[in-house]
Amino acid sequence: MEMELLLQFCINGLMLGMMYALVAVGFTLFFGVLDVIVFSHGDTVMIGSFSGLSMYWWVNAYYPAMPAAGTAFLVVLAAVSVVVLLGMGVADAVIVPLRKAPALNTLLATMMLGTVLRESIRLFFPDGSNPHPFPGLLPDWSWRSSQLTLRFDNLALFCSGALIIALVHFIINRTRLGLAIRAVAQDEEAAKLMGVNFRLVVLATFAMGAGVAAFAGVMNGIYYNEITFGVGLLLGAIGFSAAVIGGLGNVFGAILGGFIFAFLQTIGAVAMPFAAAYKDVFAFGVVIALLAWRPTGLIAEPASKRV
Amino acid sequence: MAARHILWRRVLCLALFAAFFYAAGDAEAKTALRVGYIGPLTGGNSSIGLGARNAAELAVFERNEDSGATYNYELFSLDDECKPDAGIKVATKMASDKKILGAVAHYCSAVALGTVDVYHRYGMPVIVYGAVSPGITYGNNYPEILRIIGTLINQNKVASEFMLSQGYKRFAIIHDTTDYGKDHKDYFTKFIKEQGGEILEPMFGVTSDQQDFTTELTKIKSMNPEVIYFSGLTPLGVRIRSQMEKLGIDAQFEGVSGIKSDAFIAGLGPDLAEGCLSFLEGSPVEKLAGGEAFLRSYQARDFKNLPDTMAPFAYVAMRQFLDVIEKVGPDRKKITEALYKIKNADTLIGKVSYDDHGQNSEPYVSKYVAQDGQWVVWEDSEYASGKRSLKKPGAGK
Repeated sequence: MEMELLLQFCINGLMLGMMYALVAVGFTLFFGVLDVIVFSHGDTVMIGSFSGLSMYWWVNAYYPAMPAAGTAFLVVLAAVSVVVLLGMGVADAVIVPLRKAPALNTLLATMMLGTVLRESIRLFFPDGSNPHPFPGLLPDWSWRSSQLTLRFDNLALFCSGALIIALVHFIINRTRLGLAIRAVAQDEEAAKLMGVNFRLVVLATFAMGAGVAAFAGVMNGIYYNEITFGVGLLLGAIGFSAAVIGGLGNVFGAILGGFIFAFLQTIGAVAMPFAAAYKDVFAFGVVIALLAWRPTGLIAEPASKRV
Repeated sequence: MAARHILWRRVLCLALFAAFFYAAGDAEAKTALRVGYIGPLTGGNSSIGLGARNAAELAVFERNEDSGATYNYELFSLDDECKPDAGIKVATKMASDKKILGAVAHYCSAVALGTVDVYHRYGMPVIVYGAVSPGITYGNNYPEILRIIGTLINQNKVASEFMLSQGYKRFAIIHDTTDYGKDHKDYFTKFIKEQGGEILEPMFGVTSDQQDFTTELTKIKSMNPEVIYFSGLTPLGVRIRSQMEKLGIDAQFEGVSGIKSDAFIAGLGPDLAEGCLSFLEGSPVEKLAGGEAFLRSYQARDFKNLPDTMAPFAYVAMRQFLDVIEKVGPDRKKITEALYKIKNADTLIGKVSYDDHGQNSEPYVSKYVAQDGQWVVWEDSEYASGKRSLKKPGAGK
């Protein structure tokens, strides 16, 4: 295979992987701190895209002269604030009250919540059942050769994705809030006894996970230039699998899992062109095999070191 | 406490009784008959399904206002979500209700292929208005299944002849893995090969909820096609076209009837949609004889959704049902038989004749190009007049 073609495949795979990693980080955070699996997380990403789009429409309608950078900032701001509020609301209304209930209840509740979010967009967003074009927002610079297209926006998205994950890592490992989060992850009771405000920690964790999801939503929109109400379902399933193969509760595991999944999908489509339609079957199949081999994920750590 | 409970129960019983008698009396006075509609009312294809539902409803309204009509009609509509499982569920619900005499149904082939057995089992006549897979009528011997729209065989014949006449020779194929996508691909590639065109291998099958096509498209880019042919529906069409642009693929985009919707252009924006090609049975509403009148009465009803291209088919099919019921009365079997007698009928969508399989044997296929944010019939477009041009054949090499 030509070098340029291979490089293009790699770029596609990396972009896809970053998106999955961002979603997986959320799953892993929630599980690490609270031992819950929040299945609506994929749909939260979708809400991020739609909030961003609404802000873009609003800016276009009332301040058409706004410079591109300002618009981009407002779009991200809108997405993040809506989704963070949503995340905290979900934590307060669903996750914390179900703390003492069997894990299955939380799972079910969040799954239903995902359906509610999805259907709400479909029914209440203007023309919500159809695909919507998402603005590029970033400069359209690109370098093209016969087989390779390098785009500035891809690079920018990738780097900011990496930065955001680094930021999450920094908050968890280097700040007082992070210390509290880690304490709760390790032993909820003991952390409470030491004066950690449990509710605040839960809300902060959900705010952080949701913020990352919001960014993933905007990134998804910019990268594909198109959003639909149903995108969260598969994204959620993939993000969750990525978090699990990496080792649920471990941020690096989530990143690794995200890239592995994207890599598997790409391989599935490139190496088995006769069966490109089965690339998801292939990727999820390998996930099952990986789980059989390492049931606790690739980077499994003792429970005491989670997050 | 107990006494109050009993009192409430009595009041409730009385109310129910009253309601029952009231309803019975009402039915006796008017001889209301029920007809059905099934199509995608939610989901990615709902704009088409809702437009068609409204058109069927319009036909019913018009008939109810006609003082010469013997019966009063009521439309009962259900949502198949463009999903086979949901479709079979609602088809069973409708067909098992003997009060419903017949239905106009289905935009999605995958759904129609699954539900035909249900209609046959319950003996309910159905006219398929929008699904074009050949198997729906030709894959069985069910008298209950008729279809007013042409099959995708006709569509791809016209499409392949047109593309070759424009000078294109090398085609890359992406198809969704539903029956709809696969059948389209099969006939298109067959016709192209027969006429000396080249189909580039491999062809890419994709699932109908896929988001990322960069891998497939990167591979396709390296194969250097002149045309990327996509058989599937609007949501995927939008994604593929927009990701082609991101990867800098300079090939002509050609879709099938499944992308010929306003949602396709709305989803891409006019710039990206510009020059995309699509093919569809029938002609645009405005071009039809009587189309203006149809549009006027549609708009007069204040429906929320615009009539999409499938709306006239649903409208004509529903009218045929009502005509036949007026003639033979409320009997499913007689209605089915009478529908087959429709030959060479002049309708809003052109001539209609049902053959032995219940297939309309005189379908017309139009070619469309997206121009300035609208689907324009090829012959009327600036592309045909030479003012604008599609991607140049051979430009890739």
